[in-house]
This record gives sequence, C-alpha cells and structure tokens, in this order.
Amino acid sequence: MQTRNINLTINGKKYELVVDVRQSLLELLRERGYTSVKQGCGVGECGACTVLVDNVAVDSCLYLAVWADNTTIRTAEGECRDGKLSPVQEAYMEAGAVQCGFCTPGLIMATTAFVEENKGKTLSRQEMKKAHAGNLCRCTGYQTIINAAEEALKK
Amino acid sequence: MAIGKSHRRKDVRAKVTGKTRYTDDYSMPGMLEARYVRSPIAHGLVKNIDTTAALALPGVEAVFTFADVPKNVFPTAGHPYSLDPDHQDVADRLLLTDHVRYHGDEVAIVVARDRLTAGKAAKAVVVDYEELPICVTSAAALAPDAPAIHAGGNILKSTSFEIGGSLAEAETRADLTLQGTFRTPIVLHCHLENHTAYAYMDDNDHLVIVSSTQIPHICRRIVGQALGMEWSRIRVIKPYIGGGFGAKQDVVLEPMVAFLSTKLGGAPVKIEMDREECLVATRTRHSQTVTARAGVTKDASITFIDLDVISNTGAYASHGHSIPMAAGSKCCHLYPRAVTKFSAISHYANIPAAGAMRAYGSPQLFFGMESLLEEAARSIGMDSVEFRLKNCARPGDIKAKTGEYEHAVGIKECLEKGSAAIDWEAKKKRYATQTGNIRSGLGVACFSYGSGTYPACVEIAGCRLVLNQDGSVHMQVGATEIGQGSDTALAQMATDTLGLSYDRIHVVSEQDTDVTPFDPGAYASRQTYVAAPAVHAAADKLKRKILTHAALMTDESVENLNLANGNIVLQDQPEKVVLDLRDLALDSYYHKDRGGQLTAEVSSKTRTNAPSYGCTFVDLEVDIEMCSVTIKNIINVHDAGRIIHPLSATGQVHGGMAMGIGMALFEELMIDSETGWIYNGNLLDYKIPTCVDIPDLESEFVDTFDPTSPYGNKSLGEPPIISQGPSIRNAIWDATGVKINEMPMTPKVLFTHFRAAGLL
Ligand code: FES
Ligand code: FES
Repeated sequence: MQTRNINLTINGKKYELVVDVRQSLLELLRERGYTSVKQGCGVGECGACTVLVDNVAVDSCLYLAVWADNTTIRTAEGECRDGKLSPVQEAYMEAGAVQCGFCTPGLIMATTAFVEENKGKTLSRQEMKKAHAGNLCRCTGYQTIINAAEEALKK
Repeated sequence: MAIGKSHRRKDVRAKVTGKTRYTDDYSMPGMLEARYVRSPIAHGLVKNIDTTAALALPGVEAVFTFADVPKNVFPTAGHPYSLDPDHQDVADRLLLTDHVRYHGDEVAIVVARDRLTAGKAAKAVVVDYEELPICVTSAAALAPDAPAIHAGGNILKSTSFEIGGSLAEAETRADLTLQGTFRTPIVLHCHLENHTAYAYMDDNDHLVIVSSTQIPHICRRIVGQALGMEWSRIRVIKPYIGGGFGAKQDVVLEPMVAFLSTKLGGAPVKIEMDREECLVATRTRHSQTVTARAGVTKDASITFIDLDVISNTGAYASHGHSIPMAAGSKCCHLYPRAVTKFSAISHYANIPAAGAMRAYGSPQLFFGMESLLEEAARSIGMDSVEFRLKNCARPGDIKAKTGEYEHAVGIKECLEKGSAAIDWEAKKKRYATQTGNIRSGLGVACFSYGSGTYPACVEIAGCRLVLNQDGSVHMQVGATEIGQGSDTALAQMATDTLGLSYDRIHVVSEQDTDVTPFDPGAYASRQTYVAAPAVHAAADKLKRKILTHAALMTDESVENLNLANGNIVLQDQPEKVVLDLRDLALDSYYHKDRGGQLTAEVSSKTRTNAPSYGCTFVDLEVDIEMCSVTIKNIINVHDAGRIIHPLSATGQVHGGMAMGIGMALFEELMIDSETGWIYNGNLLDYKIPTCVDIPDLESEFVDTFDPTSPYGNKSLGEPPIISQGPSIRNAIWDATGVKINEMPMTPKVLFTHFRAAGLL
C-alpha cells in the first residue's frame, strides 16, 4: 500500500493525514465521521457524495483523497453552525425538499455552491435546473428542490 | 388542530444537517465484508466451482458456495404471513444456487476483512457452467417447449375473476367493442441508497440484523424461515432508509448476512451492494402485456371492461402473481357500473426477479385500460373528459358493488378540477386543427387504488405512547418511515387526539423488532390508513390515563377534566388550567404512593380498504421530425381523503409524477432476448430523470373525508405514479393521430410508429 501525507481543512478543522493513494475523498470523509457524505453509486452518476473543495462542488467518490492536499472541504455537517442552519438548509426545510434524505446533503452542497456563485443574479428556473442536473433524487421529482434553490438565491 | 397543517417534518432538521444515520453509517469493530460471486450467464448449471485461489488471498475469512447453505427454500415477498397455505408466497429461493436463472444470479459468497479484498476474492472464484436454453420474453417462456426455469415449469400462476355482473350479458349490451394490446417495460426503482445490511450475534442463539428495509417484522420471519431459527431469536433493526419504492419490500440481503454471521462465530458481517448489483440483482418492476377489451353503448356507457395480463416475473417469484391480481382488484373501483373481467398469468423467465414497485402493477394495467377507454371515447365521438365523467365512480357505487362500506368517492371532482386547471376546453378547440412538424396534444387518464391489502392480507398496526417525565410523549409505531413522511403524519394524528402540541410528540423513527409494536411495514400505501386506528385508540387511552391521574391530584372528577394544548383544563372551561402536564408527569413517575409510568399501547386490525382516486392531465408538444415530446404542463389531481400534511402530500405527488414520466418516456432495463445479457444495468445507461428532464409539476387535491378512517384519510404514497403513462400516450395521439401502445415512448419508438403511420 502506497501512502502520502496530506494537509487539509474539513469544516474549519485542520487535519494532517497519511492516506492510501487509492482512497477517494468520499472514503476519507466517511471514515472520519463525515457520514453526511453518501455513496449512491461510487462512479460519478448520482451526486449523493457532493462536497465543496475550495468552494467548488465535486463528486467526492471520483476525487482522490491525495488531490485534497492543501484544500478546504465543506460538507453538510459543517453548514449548520452553533445549531443554526445555513440559509440553504433552511430553504430545503421550508420548501419540503426533503423526503428520504439520502440525496439531501449532496444536493444541499450543490445548491450552496450555486447560490454562492450566483448571489444577486436573477436566474430562470431552467438555469437553476441545469445547475442541479448532476444530482439525482428519486423521491421529490425535483420540484421542491428547485423551489428551495430559488428561495435560497433570494436570501 | 395539527392535521391539515404542514408542520415541520419530524426528521427534517436531522436530514438537512446530515445527522440522520442510515445502515452504512453504522460500523462495528471487526466488521467483515461479503461479496457475491455472480453468474455471467442467464441460465445454466454449475458443474464445478473452485475456491482455492480466493481462499488463498490474505484477508479472506471464508468462501461459501451453494453446497454450504441450508436447504430450506424460502419466499422473499414482503407480505405478512398467511394462515392459509394456499395464500402463502411462493418459496423458491435458496441462499445460493447451482441452477443460475438470470445474468447475475448468486452461486457463492466471499467474506473478507475489507471490501476490496472481498471483491478481489469473488473474482478469483472459478466456476464452470453448463449452459441451458434461455427464455427472456413472455412468448419464449410460455412456449410449449420452453426450458423449465423452476421444477414446476414456467407458469407461476394463472387466475381470473368477473365482478359487477356477467360479461356475456354485458357484451350483448355494447354497441361497440374495442380491443388493444399494450406493453410496458422493465423499470428499476433506483432508490438512492443501495441495498445494504449487516448482522451479528449477541448470544449463541440471538441474531441482530441492521438493514435498509421497508419491512423489518416480515424480515424477521423470513430470516427465521430461511435459517430454520425461531423467529423470536432474530432482531431486525431498521434505521433511516434512503428510499425503497418496493425494492426493499422484499427480503434480499438479510438472510445471507444472518447466515454468514452464524457461520463465523457471530462476527459482524456486512453486504453493501454496489449500484450495478443493486439495479439488477434485487427487484424490478414487472414488464407486462395487457390485452384490453371494452364495450360501450352509443350514449357512452361502458358496459364491460375485460383485461388480460401476461406478467413476466423473472427468475424468482418474489411478489409474483400478487402484482397483477392486486392491480386487477383495485382497478374495478374506477368505473364500477361496468362489468369487469380480469385474468392474469404470471410466469418465470431468465431475467432479474421482478417484485413490488410503487403502485404494484397498477401503472401497467392502467396504461392498457385508460388507453383503450380513450379509444372508446373517441370512437363514439365524445370528449375524453366528459366520457370519463359519465362513467366514473359516484358516491354510493362502491357500497353498492361490494355490499360493504360507504367510502368517499371524489373522482368526478378530480376530473373537473384538473380539466379547469389545464384549461381543457379552450385548448381542445385550439389544438383541433393542426398541421406542420410541431403539434400540441392534450391527454387525460384516471386511476383507482386501494388503501391497504385487506382482504387479500391481514392489516395489522400498532402504536405505543409513553408520557415522559417532562410531559412530552414518545411515540413508537410499527409503521416504517421510508421518506414518505409517515412519522410526521402519525404524530399529527396523535397530537390532535391527545390534545398536546405537535412539538411535544417525539417519534422513535427506528424500528426494532425486539421492541417496536408489530406492523408488517411500508407498502400498499397502507400506513397512514391502517395505523390511524391504532394511533387514535392509543392516544385516546393515554389521554384517559392522564386525566385519571389528574383526578387523583386534584379534587375534580375525570369527567370534568380535559387535555388541551398540553395542560389539564376543565372540560367546560377550557381556558381554566388545572394542572401543567409537566407537573402531572413528574407526579405520576415519582410520587411514592400513586401513579406509575403512563403508557398506552394498541394493536389494531383494519377490515376496510378505502379506494382512492385521481387523474393526470397533460398538455404536450410533439416534434415529429425529432421524434421528441416536450411536456408543457402536467397536473395530477388526487382524492386521498383528508390531507394530513399538505406539503408532504404534494411532495409524494411530485415524486410519483416524475417517476411516472420517467416510465412513460425513457426508462427501460434492456435485456438481450437471445442471451439474457443485461445491457444497461448502471445509472449512466439506465437513465432516470434529472432536474432538467422534468417539467414543473402541478398537484391538486379534492376535499373528501373517508368515513372508514378516524381521520378521514386514504392512500397517497403510490397512486401519484399510475396515470402519467396513459395520459401522455393519449396526448401524443391527440397531437399526431398516432397511437403508441408501448412504453417507454422514446424517440426510437416514436420514430418507428411515426414512420409506420406515414408521418415521416
Ligand atoms: S456516489 Fe459519487 S456520484 Fe454517486
Ligand atoms: S429525498 Fe430521497 S432521493 Fe432525494
């Protein structure tokens, strides 16, 4: 087993780690208790594993842990601070965008990146849909998810 | 009143912060991982199996083959046990097999210290097969010389019934008789959380299984059957689950993890299916061929509907023949004044096993029925909505037909509401004369469904309520939350009956068969309907106990007291607070001479089954040259009785609509008819709708109250998926004049039909 030393920040906490070069960022995060990061396919099809790497949404199952050296990672756990939900989490809750919840943490991170990138812009629903097309949800039909994204963009 | 308000879902805060734990989020020190060895052919016999190389890999703990497993054949369908041997599910499974029946069947299993090693070792098992002839399609499986997939032959069961009068007599009353044959695809559930389970032993004769299942109590029984263990020595725990849609209304991994743990000294053993395995080696939706006939009079009365279904159940029975039969019995509620004849045959084939999937055979059946009835309406020159309004169920019809109970019947209102919402009449006129490449069309289709499985199966539910020391109440139900929002709906019911505030009811979301009240689980859209009486009775009982204790603490008699907004008040002066419930709770627990822990537990059986109704209206555009369909507007209207939680109810409808659109327009598991080879068993090639594939969805409800539920509610979980297929098909016909009698209506299929019709 080949390993490498990496430094990274996860939800504001600093880590110095020795990682197996074959390991994915998804595995690294889940092993450390960041279990909001879900595996729905492991090959980049579903988006359940979406996290932010330096504020860019990525499928952590396709992202090698070693690539995360010197980056800042954000997961759904870290978005709620001092018991206060992030505006995106709040919007998902109010919109009824959560059913089984398995896609939810990944989608919340996708919406978070989308909202941060498009703050203050007026976008069509179609544009919002495009920005979320990498995340599958089998429960909601996406209607309330796009409603949540729309509300979050206004906040 | 909590009912009717969209209170915050009980689990929503935990879900948006990623705190909810699903099966894979639990781990145990020393957990072993198991991987199946799957057959690369669709039909054959194992001639030789060599596990030497696999066992030699460092980290491999054991390899088991078909030769090592118990010889108890067991059923897997998530139905409650039946006391009638003729009604029990077909037992045709062993844990592993040497007779492989589909591409992916399970011949051996490898257990290793980590997943990577288990995967490597599974590949190192060498298996020699003798190939057998293969049948994939219904025609091949039912041919007289078809190879037998199971010892008894390929026919699983065939039955028929006639209801509402005599078919022969109704045929003579028809002025016009129509007939058509309709085909539906194999569809996959694609719940986001794959099947996963682990087991360990905490005593020599006590097994614990943690699983992503919709049916923990059924699981316990079937593991008992598979391993020959006493049912009470098995404990099944269901944490949060990432969707099921019926694929987890089947016992899939649990008997195997249990077996492995018993073989390995009780060590924890896990099977986590990867996506590709989960898609083809769990359960699918039955592909069916529906031959429909209908008779109508000149004045547009349907005299009979005759439906004949061929249902391909695949390699193993699973829910088998129950699927067409359940749909057949529920469809009779829609046009109850017509005679209905229903017959079905279910058969095996060398394809993945089909099982329960959302709406359990009804989307297939209504595709045939509502497509053919559209033809009936058009043939006699009547508007599609008017035709349905004339024939659909009215209050009193169901009682007249079954001789049993009065039910709410709101299909007429659904049709009226949907027609107004889509602006049917105006658009009909506008679309009447169209030429050119891009054409618009309007479509409608209705459905009827049930609110449980009675009288086919027992309907039993349980609820336990405990008054906590702080005056809040813990609620335990056997009904399983799988994302649909049942915990929240049941808490709202308890809130109203008890007289507490919603926030003071805490639902224990996890089911644990050692402690959870008995209930077979989440299926048949039954839970809010059949658990309602248990919740109602338990809440009533607890309230009585609380008031009795209040009487002990005060000078008032029980009759003079009531519980309102979390306080003990005077019956005739509700604003007058006699006692704070918190004080009462502390007293009941800790007073040295009186009281005790105040609890109430009720197990109840439901002997009614309320029909629910609804329809889909769609306005779409067809680009004939591109063979593409764009939905401009799609609306579902439901009669689900009283709506308990409007936001969640709407969410159920949206989710069903999106799945229904997927089934209608693009989803199909493709299998080579010669070899049984599966072409698209992954999420890239089996494409479910993404955000951009789904138009904005509209959902409406009509206001009804079913008298057989204490809270007036009927089913809603599955019905939203039933009527998209036929409504889209009818709209494409409206736009282009071409009838597409198969799903999915992909560009390829449209091309073939448009070309045959001379449009291209
Ligand atoms: S688990 Fe990463 S995209 Fe599906
Ligand atoms: S809420 Fe279940 S997959 Fe999205």
